[in-house]
Parts: sequence; C-alpha cells; structure tokens
Amino acid sequence: MRGSAAVLRPEPQYASLDQQGDVAQVGMWVFLVNETIFFGALIFTYFLYRTFYSHDFDIAAKDAVLWCGSVNFALLVTSSLTMVLAINAAAQGRRRAMIWLLVATVALGCLFLGVKGFEYYLDYQDKVVPVVNYQAKPGEGPAGELFWFFYWVATGLHAIHLTIGIGLVLYMLLWRIRRGEITPAYFAPLEVVGIYWSFVDTVWLFLYPCIYLVGRS
Amino acid sequence: MYHWIPFWPDTAATNAIAVNNLFIAELGLSALIMVTVVGMMVVFCIRYRRGSSASRANLTETTWHFEVGWTTATLATFLVLFVWGAGMYVWLYQAPRGDIEIYVVAKRWMWKMEHPGGQREIDALHVPVDKTIRLVMASEDVIHSFFVPAFRVKHDVVPGTLETLWFKADKIGTYFLACTQFCGLQHATMQGKVVVMSGPDYARWLTQQGVHESLAQQGEELFRAHGCSGCHDKNSTVHAPSLVGLYGTMVHLQDGTVRVADETYIHDCIFNPRSFTVAGYPPIMPDFSGQLNEGDVLKLVAYIKSLGHPEERAK
Amino acid sequence: MSVTTAERVPQGDPVSAVPNYLTAENTIVSWLFTKDHKRIALLFFASITFFFFVGGFAATMMRLNLATPEGLLQPAVYNRMFTMHGIIMVWFFLIPSIPATFGNFFIPMMIGARDLAFPRINLASWYVFNLSGLVVLYALVMGGANTGWTFYTPLSTIYANGYVFAAALAVFINGFSSIMTGLNFVVTIHRMRAPGMTWMRLPLFVWGIYAVSVVMLTATPVLAMDTFLLGAERFLGLGLFDPTHGGDPLLWQHMFWFYSHPAVYIMILPGMGVVSEIIPCYARRPVFGYAGMTIALMSIAILSFFVWAHHMFVAGISIYSAIVFSLMTFFVAVPSAIKVFNWTVTLHKGRIVFDAAMLYALGFVLLFTLGGVTGLMLATLAVDVDVHGTYFVVAHFHYIMVGATVSAFFGALHYWWPKMTGRMFPEGIARFAAILTYIGFNLTFFPQFVLGYLGMPRRSYTYPAQWQSWNLLSSAGASILAIAYLLPLCYLGWSLFKGRKAAANPWGATGLEWTTPSPPPQHNFKRTPVVELGPYSYNPEDGSYISQDGTAHAG
Repeated sequence: MRGSAAVLRPEPQYASLDQQGDVAQVGMWVFLVNETIFFGALIFTYFLYRTFYSHDFDIAAKDAVLWCGSVNFALLVTSSLTMVLAINAAAQGRRRAMIWLLVATVALGCLFLGVKGFEYYLDYQDKVVPVVNYQAKPGEGPAGELFWFFYWVATGLHAIHLTIGIGLVLYMLLWRIRRGEITPAYFAPLEVVGIYWSFVDTVWLFLYPCIYLVGRS
Repeated sequence: MYHWIPFWPDTAATNAIAVNNLFIAELGLSALIMVTVVGMMVVFCIRYRRGSSASRANLTETTWHFEVGWTTATLATFLVLFVWGAGMYVWLYQAPRGDIEIYVVAKRWMWKMEHPGGQREIDALHVPVDKTIRLVMASEDVIHSFFVPAFRVKHDVVPGTLETLWFKADKIGTYFLACTQFCGLQHATMQGKVVVMSGPDYARWLTQQGVHESLAQQGEELFRAHGCSGCHDKNSTVHAPSLVGLYGTMVHLQDGTVRVADETYIHDCIFNPRSFTVAGYPPIMPDFSGQLNEGDVLKLVAYIKSLGHPEERAK
Repeated sequence: MSVTTAERVPQGDPVSAVPNYLTAENTIVSWLFTKDHKRIALLFFASITFFFFVGGFAATMMRLNLATPEGLLQPAVYNRMFTMHGIIMVWFFLIPSIPATFGNFFIPMMIGARDLAFPRINLASWYVFNLSGLVVLYALVMGGANTGWTFYTPLSTIYANGYVFAAALAVFINGFSSIMTGLNFVVTIHRMRAPGMTWMRLPLFVWGIYAVSVVMLTATPVLAMDTFLLGAERFLGLGLFDPTHGGDPLLWQHMFWFYSHPAVYIMILPGMGVVSEIIPCYARRPVFGYAGMTIALMSIAILSFFVWAHHMFVAGISIYSAIVFSLMTFFVAVPSAIKVFNWTVTLHKGRIVFDAAMLYALGFVLLFTLGGVTGLMLATLAVDVDVHGTYFVVAHFHYIMVGATVSAFFGALHYWWPKMTGRMFPEGIARFAAILTYIGFNLTFFPQFVLGYLGMPRRSYTYPAQWQSWNLLSSAGASILAIAYLLPLCYLGWSLFKGRKAAANPWGATGLEWTTPSPPPQHNFKRTPVVELGPYSYNPEDGSYISQDGTAHAG
C-alpha cells in the first residue's frame, strides 16, 4: 500500500495531526449548527402554514407515499449505523471491514435516492407537483399546494445534501483510503464525513413526521 | 406653542402634541448625551494630549464601579423613554369608536377616500376639526403607508387585511399626506392633502359632493348582488350565522379560537371563509377573492356594521 | 515644538533577505490559488473596494438627482439606483468590509497562529463572493431590481418588473461567503490560539470578529431560506406571501428582518473592535473596562436576535408584541452606550497622539453616538410611528453604517497599512482627509434628520419644493464626502511606491501582529509566540509599553 503515517504531516498552521483532526471536527459541528438553522427556517415556515391551514394540509398530505418514506427512513438509519461501524473499524485498523462498511453506506444512500426517485415518479402520477402538474384533491383548498411545495423543497434539499454525503464517502474510499491516508493514527477526515452523514440522517428524522405522519392519527 | 422651535413641522392634532413632547424630551436627552461625550472627549484630548504636563499617575485599576453606575443610569433612562413611548403607542394605535369613520383604499399610486355618506375623493381627505376621525384602510395591491406628518400618525396599509388609524385634528388648515412605504414607480408622488375644516364648513362640503347613496346603502346592494343575502338573510333555508348586531361581538370559531368581529374579521371571512368558519356551522361559505375588490369589501363592512345599528345607516 | 510623526515613528529596517508574504511568490497563479490568509485578505480588499465604488456611484447619482425637486433621473431609474445602492453596499461592501479584509489578515496574527483553521475554505469564500458579485453585476447591468433592498412582498414577488430574481440570487450566493468566513473565524479563535493566549487576553478586535462570526453563522442561513422562498414565489407564483392566495405579506418582513437586524450588527461589531484597538494605542493607555467591553460585544451579538420587529412597528403587528420588541431594543442599546463611555474614558490620563487612525476612531465614537441617540428615538414606539419610513431613518442608519463603520474601516486601513504594505503614508494629508470626511459626512446626513422629521418619505425620487434647501445641502455635503473618500486612494496608492519604509511597530502597539516584520513573512511567526499578558499594556506615565509576548519597550 502506498503512503504511511510517517508521510502524513499536519498543515503549516497546525502544531500536530491531532490538532488538525480535532479542529476539522469542530469545524464540521459549527457548520452543522448553521445547516440546522437553514433547515429550521424552512421547517418553521412549514409549521406556520400548517397551523393556519391545518384542514388543507391534512387533505393534501394524504397523497404522501408512506411506504416510500418509511423504507427510506429504515435505509438511512441503517446507513448511519454502517458509517459509525466504519469509523470504528478505522480506529481499530480493520481496513477491509472499514472499506466494506463504507461501501454499504454508499449503497444504502444510493438506494434511498432510488426509492426517492421512484416516489417522485409516483408523485407526478398523483399530480402533486405544484405549478407543473398539480391537481387539488376533493375538499382541499388552495393552501394544499403549499404543503406540496414544502415537500418538494425539503426533500429536494435533503436529497442534494445526501448526494453530497455520498460523494464525500466515495472521495474517502477512492482517494484518501486508497492512498493510505486513513489510519488508526489519523482518521479524522472519516469522522468529519461521519458527522455530516449523521446530520443528513437527523434531518430526515424531522422531515419524515412532517411529511408522512400529518393527519394520520 | 412649538412655533418658536426652528424648522419644526406643523402640529395640527392632539396626537401630534403628545408626540412632540416626547420627541422634544428625547432631543433634550440626546443633546445632553452628546454634550457629555463630546465635552469629555474634547477636555481629555486637550488635557491629556501628548505634550501636556498633566499628571498621568494613579490610573484607575478597578473600573467596575463606574461601569455599573453608568449602566444602571443608562438602563433607567431608557426604561423611562420606553414606558412613555409604549403608553403613547397604545393610545395612538387603539383606534376608538370615532365620531366619523372614513374608509381609505390605497392603490398604486393614489389614495381613494370614501366618507360614510358615500362622498368620495382622491388624494384628498376633508375632515372636521376637533372630531375623532377613524380611518379604516385597505390596499388593493401592495403595502402602502398612510402618513400625515402634521398629525404625527402613520400606519401601513397591508393588502389582505384592514388597518385602522385615528386622529383628532385641532387646527384648521391643509396638511401634507404621503405614502411612506415604497410601492413602486410613483411612490414619491403618491401624496395628497388633509383638509381640516370647521364643523359647518365640513357639513356644507359634504352636501356639495352630489352623492345620494351612503356607503352602507352601497354595501347593501353588493350584499344582494353577490348572493350574500341568499344564506345570511333571516328567511334563508341555509344554516348561516346571522349578521344582525354581529359587529363588535365575540365570535367562537370552528378551531376553538375566539375573535372579535371587527372590520378585519369581516374582511377575513369574505376572502378566506374556510379558515374562519364559525363553530357549529358547516364550512360552505364560498370564497369571494377575485369577485370583490377591497373597495367593495369596505362597503360591505359598512353595511354589516349598520345591521342592528339603524342610526349608522342614515349617516 | 511638538514632535512630528516622522520623528516619532521609527524608521524601517533596510530591505532584508527574508521574503515577505508579498514577495515570496509572484505569479498570478500564486495569488489566485493562495492559501495565505494575508493574500486572501488583499484579494477581498480588491473586491470590496470595487463594489464600494459601484455602490458609491449609485449614491452619487441619487444625491445629484435629489439636489432639485425636478431631479435628473427618470423615476424608474432612480428606484433601481436606490435598490442596487442598498443591496451592493450592504452585502458587497459593509458586511465583508472589515471581517474579510482586516479580520482575515490579522486574526491569525493577533492570536499567534500561522494561518486560519481552513485556508482553502477562506479562498473558496472569496470565489463565492465574486460569483455572487457577478450575479449582482448582471442584475445591475440588465437594469437592476426596483423594490428597495428589503424586497417587501407582494411588491417584490408580484408587482415589481425589475431583476428581482437575479438580485435575490446574488444575495443568496453571497450568504455562503459570509458563512464560510464566519465558520473559519469561530473555529480559529476557539482552537488556534497561541500558548498563553487565554480568552481574556484576546485583543478586542478578535472579540469583535468572534462576535460577528457567531452572528454570521446563525443569522445568514435564515437569509438563505428567505431569498430562496422569495425567488421561488416570484418564479412559481405559489402564494406564501401573496394575500390573494392566503399568504401573509408580513411573514416576509418577519423572516427578512430576523436576519437583517443581526446583519446590521454584523456591520458595526467589527468597527467597534477596530476602534478598541486604535484608541488605547494612540492614547497610550489600557482600554477602560476590558471585561465590560467583551461582555458588551457578546451581549450585543446575542440581543440583536431579539429586536427584529422594531422595523415593523407601523406594519400592523400586535401592539403587545411591539411593546416587547421596543423593550428589547432599549436593552440592546445599553451595551452600545457602555462601549461609548468606555472609549471616551480611555482618553483620561492618556498621552494622546492625533494621527489619522486616531482621528477616524474618535470620529467613529462621535458619529456612532449621534446615530445611537437617534436609534433611541426610533426604539421609542410613539416616535417611530412618526418617523418610520422617512429620511429620519435613512439618516440614522447612515450615521451608523457610514459614519461609524466606514470611519472604522478607514481607521483600520491607516492603522494597519504599514504592517500590510511595509510603507508609511503621509500623515498630514491623511489627517486632512479624516477631518474632511467628518465634515462632509455631517453635512450630508444631518439635514436628512430634519427632512425626516418634516415628513419627507424615503425612497422618493422627488419631493415638495419647500424642502429643496435641505436636500441641496445634503447633496453638497455628499460631494465633499466623495472627495474625502477618494483622497486616501491617492496618497495610499502613492505610498506603495514612494512611502517611507515601515518598521515592525511604527505606532508602538502591543499586539502580537506588531512583533513581526512589516510586511510579515509568509507564515507570520518564525516560532509560535508565547503570550505573557493581556492586550493594551501601555503605561501613560512614562510612555512605555509591553507587547503581549512579554517584550518590554521604553517610552
């Protein structure tokens, strides 16, 4: 294998690799605070209109494909597990396990996107694409379209974040790990990607009830 | 009383007098603060300039006495200003019943006023002196803002709802009226005048306008023409709330909330009936957005207010 | 006779063999792909200066138009001018001005670090800024948006026929640049301080940038969502803010001001940090109440999130929420007042020198105080009902954003110029420019307070003839201000070629950045400094001072 820990040096502004790794993680956490507020603003607006127009939202939400959302929930939670296990493996120097677990994470993420894509297709058939192909259901007022607007924006943004996450894991696999830059001595980049991945999972934790569990009590 | 202050604007309403006093107090306080800061700065800069022989010994190490001191003083002063201003704001913004109610419709780029007797004017508002005038305002398009500097009153006119404003002019004259919320191309010229006249002059002006139907009467015609009476008439077979004596009462809505039946409530019911269904009634009132404009709604509001208050209709 | 600056300030060392950050590499590629925070600071400098002139050109046209009631520009053109002036000045000049230039350059140096935590993200921030700049220039060149920088709905979503979408997109992208810069600073200040540099030994400029970065990180994402929803509404016609579809126009205002009020504090906090560096240095004594100043900075940053609806007192919000917001606004004014008192008392028993930077800093304090007392008037509910939406508000925020922040920017420029460029500038003309700025500024904006109270609405291309004298006075003042702002361009530019070489510490300041040569080497410090004491250890009694790394200097 090419490269070894001896070759890996911290960047000039860091005193040690440890400091570099620690700071990278702090950076990701701070970035996630920022992301939380970004999604938070969207979810806040969603809840505001949900309160104003609960009747319309209830009717509109009936067309949300519950099985797709739930399967995706399971896929994403499992992928968080495989990610954490991969980081564990990295810490213990179990390189093959780490690689396979990361591959599983990517696969689960891609499956999520696949199910989501299929769900988008079903949504199009159901005519719940605002402006493009929308038909209000019986009893649904004009605010129902707002529910679907939030659906497309929120799940679209989430999908973009997930795709970036998949890209980051692939980058780890095909670049950093292949060049031997992830070792038990220094695996902070993987931890940073792991933190991000958990965030993407957590966002789905909040989106899932907002979209799929509205009015189903 | 204020004419001796240079560059002071007209003071022509009871509202303006109150605001004047508060503003002058704040000007005084600001002058005091500026004099203190500038004064200290100038004194220190001269006394402690590089070449001077003043003593620099015994520099204060503990600073917190001063800091707590001036923080407390600052906070106390600010609280006085806050309470004074907030109390006055509540007075300014809780529109009383009013001797005369005038309806204002703002649209790009003009002010349309409608007196209860049906008299209309554009970019001008004639009012009698020493009477409490209550304005009910609607916008047909974007957010505007009704501002009379001489009265020191202002309120945004927001589309989709009705706003109220009141004033009591106490000086006869003509005063500047402006829009102070940017509303597009001709915002800068969306201006007019408020003409304050004596009681008899105002009464004479009203009769000279050549209108025969009051706002409430025009509203009644709309009420029938758009089918409102089909459900809300007492002889109707449809189960709909009665509107007689409705204005000013508390209404219990389907979702459990309670609202006062004011102008805004009536406006909301007409344009968004599903969200404001009264408890115990089926949600079948049609949505009139698109069929009625804001001017129409104001007439309907005037009519509904007059139901159960026969003296309102004659105005 | 008093000592001239030339005699007082030590001469620069002869040209040394050690390359500095400017001379180390000289290709364009080495600049465009640099990871050096100092070079990135200069890159930002170029960008924001460019936008300052674009926004300034718009302001010039506006004041020329307003010199007479008949005006100069078509109403449609004027409306686009003031909108683009606001958008460009706020997001493309003021918000990045001090943080992305002096913050980038000096934060690592002041804390004893060799660079920021994430140099590549720093460079990316500059590229994202320029991308947003291209979008806003596109919007401008194509005709501009015409809604005011506040994009109030439904004007901006339904009625406006300008380039609203492009302008909103530019702001959206610009937000990411802010976020990247803020992230870098927060992490750097938390984790990269040199040994001995505890939080309570940090220079106040670092605290100011820290406070700003926290606000940038927490407020800007809301702006991102706002502009996104605005763009979506305008593009798709959905009904979020459209009353005819059940939307609420006021929701836009709440969301917008939730970001934009903290944004105005983003624009002032770094200036406060700069002034806290300059005044102790030129008064030759420690700042009065260091701990109080740090508490004040952080209080302002936190409280700034609780006052947004004071922009909406006349918009139709409930009377009770208006009362709460007025109270909170008075609360946030208290720490600002404390800072003014502390700066003023820092002059007491000092050994004051009136160099250009000090003149800008003192001007900052006075203009900020005047802007601040008018802020009290705006916080007072009943008075705001009268002056909201008039030139009174315009004057108030220009006193703070231009009078204070731009003065602080120029103060920082003069204070740190020798360190950044290795050259001294001619002190005489610099002092003249500072005083001219102050005069021109007051002449421009004080009449606007009067105009506002008389009732002149803002965002107006014309006005009733009886207000012409005030408007003419304001425009005349603006011409003086313009000259005062152009002068530094001339003499600072001259100094790059002909200025005296600067020593490491021409002003005798105590910060770590002054322990390096002027200009500094690529990685700032040969060895990481060890910090022995807090900032501003100036002794006015004998003029001596001690640098933060413990080196004592005689008076």
